[in-house]
Amino acid sequence: MTQGANSFSLTRGLNAWREEIDAPVASFFSSCVHCGLCAQACPFYVETGDPKYTPIHKLEPMRLLWEQEYTLWGKLKKAVKDRIDAQLGRQPRPLITDEMLEEWEPLLYDSCTMCGRCSMVCPVGNDIHYMIRKAREGMVASGHAPEGLIAASVRAVKTGSPMGLQWKTLEVQIKHVETATDLEVPIDKAGADYLVLLSSMEIINFPEYLEAITKIFDHAGVSWTLSRDCFEATNAGVQIGSKDIGAQLVQRVVDAAEQLGVKNVISPECGHAYTGIRWEGPNMIKRAYPFKVFHIIEVLDQLRAEGRIQTEGKEMDRLSMHDPCNLARKSGVVKQQRSLMDLVAGDFVDLEEHGEYQWCCGAGGGVSSNERAEELKLAAFKRKKAQIEEVEPERMVTMCATCRTQLEEGLEEFNMDIPVVGLTEMIADHLVEKEESEKP
Amino acid sequence: MTPMDFLLLTKGPLFSVAIAIFALGILIRLAEILTLGRAKNYAAARGNEVIPGLKTVYRRFNPDPGTFKRSPFDVIVGTLWHVGFVVALLLFIPHVELIKSTLGIGWPGLPNPVVDAVTAITLLGLIAALIHRLTQPVKRFLSTKEDYLIWAVTFLPVLTGYLAYHRLINPYPLALGLHILSAEVFLIVLPFTKLTHIFTAFVARYYNGAIFGRKGIQS
Repeated sequence: MTQGANSFSLTRGLNAWREEIDAPVASFFSSCVHCGLCAQACPFYVETGDPKYTPIHKLEPMRLLWEQEYTLWGKLKKAVKDRIDAQLGRQPRPLITDEMLEEWEPLLYDSCTMCGRCSMVCPVGNDIHYMIRKAREGMVASGHAPEGLIAASVRAVKTGSPMGLQWKTLEVQIKHVETATDLEVPIDKAGADYLVLLSSMEIINFPEYLEAITKIFDHAGVSWTLSRDCFEATNAGVQIGSKDIGAQLVQRVVDAAEQLGVKNVISPECGHAYTGIRWEGPNMIKRAYPFKVFHIIEVLDQLRAEGRIQTEGKEMDRLSMHDPCNLARKSGVVKQQRSLMDLVAGDFVDLEEHGEYQWCCGAGGGVSSNERAEELKLAAFKRKKAQIEEVEPERMVTMCATCRTQLEEGLEEFNMDIPVVGLTEMIADHLVEKEESEKP
Repeated sequence: MTPMDFLLLTKGPLFSVAIAIFALGILIRLAEILTLGRAKNYAAARGNEVIPGLKTVYRRFNPDPGTFKRSPFDVIVGTLWHVGFVVALLLFIPHVELIKSTLGIGWPGLPNPVVDAVTAITLLGLIAALIHRLTQPVKRFLSTKEDYLIWAVTFLPVLTGYLAYHRLINPYPLALGLHILSAEVFLIVLPFTKLTHIFTAFVARYYNGAIFGRKGIQS
């Protein structure tokens, strides 16, 4: 997002793809037999019934490039075509055009949350979401990314937050939390064990989160801090599909963590922020971190396992849980949230397909920042809704602000009176109160 | 050309040509894939890559319960004819002997009537798969000429084998020659089409399992 539209071109897009095509991609494209089973795994296809939303079809332009340039057969076909064109004295028809990418833009962005469910079911083993993430690099470079995501990326780069939120807004909230809890929210504490990051969406929509971790960390005696220089965990670069933007944003986190000398960084209740920092970040900046990265749920479960979280009482209504794709399927955090639920839930029932086989809420991967995708976002939610209807919970619990917003809006749209809560807050609500004498 | 000349041609020079194209073609395809390599991964791993990678190679033979529930036809028919094809290919006694004389390794085959029944099921499975491809909206939408070509190229060796075994084409040398020829077409077409999935699917599954495995998920 540097010099405006002129710096994007089809050539740059194709070059970005050439950079992305690796051995796994080549093995995936070589293996697809068009069985179409990935469609059955995709909420966008399942709920619209439109075959163009079949996951593997979303990669057709990138596949064409791979076939022509990375296979002997493709190279031969191209040579023959060029020969014929030369003989007839006509211009060779380009393989991939801007019009084609324009047609594929909604397929790669509006109807894909990169949830990775298709990658779990493909019989030949294609990791389709791995390729979608790569395909988006070429879409950005060729100038075919959705406006909503471009705007979020520009705001993130300029202000540090995809929603343009500033420290002073957070500061007001910090003051509020401090008044409400009578506890200090540590800021820029060098040498703390944990640097806590937040997401703008959480700060705006779910201020309960900051209060909850303030209470829990005080309760468990955790040394933590916020950083004035970098409080934002989300990464618009990961969503739009630009390693350059992604690297810039993740570098801010790394700088803040290194400056404060923290041993660990905690990603908040946000899915893509976690995969962005945890898995993509080191590869975007091309070096390993000198600190560890955890999702807040991992940290809470570790504290629970160490006996540092004492709870009392349980929620007695029927609760179910939505696993964020980024946390469960894409990061291997499945048991932790369930162990935490056991602490505080008296009547918990899992959705039938959960954990690594969960269904996406329909809003991740940049879909929620892309206004054009509104209708599809709601359509995809119907799969989640069907899952929820099967187990009839009184409330849903989740641990990602985007999922939570989508669940709230979706359930409301369908007049389902099922409130949605964040797991961290729920834990905070059940902490054993300290004796007066223990208080500092 | 007499039927016997035809048979000798398919068993002799054509067979050598087909085997050579197949072997060289597959080696090139695998080399094209593997030499692309993977970028160094700087993210701290949560899990191992190799074991989950190998597990995924096996696990994708058994679909997850949700997929089975949503696409039982694909799972049952797909599994049936794939297994049938492999059984007929590798466990029919004349095939075992051919492999033994070509590669020098052999194994016991199945009684002819068993292979015959399996072949019949495979043919029916392939026909059902074709009808499904032509009618199911997603498959129909995705399908290209290549998909129908490889269906035909797969179907013909099974069909001609069945017809030859039951002496439904006469004279027998012609029947056998046609069967061998169709197998040769299959071998020649294989490296240039998505029939390569016979080999590359194992590579793909491994990478899938390794990528997820590193993050602590068995895919």
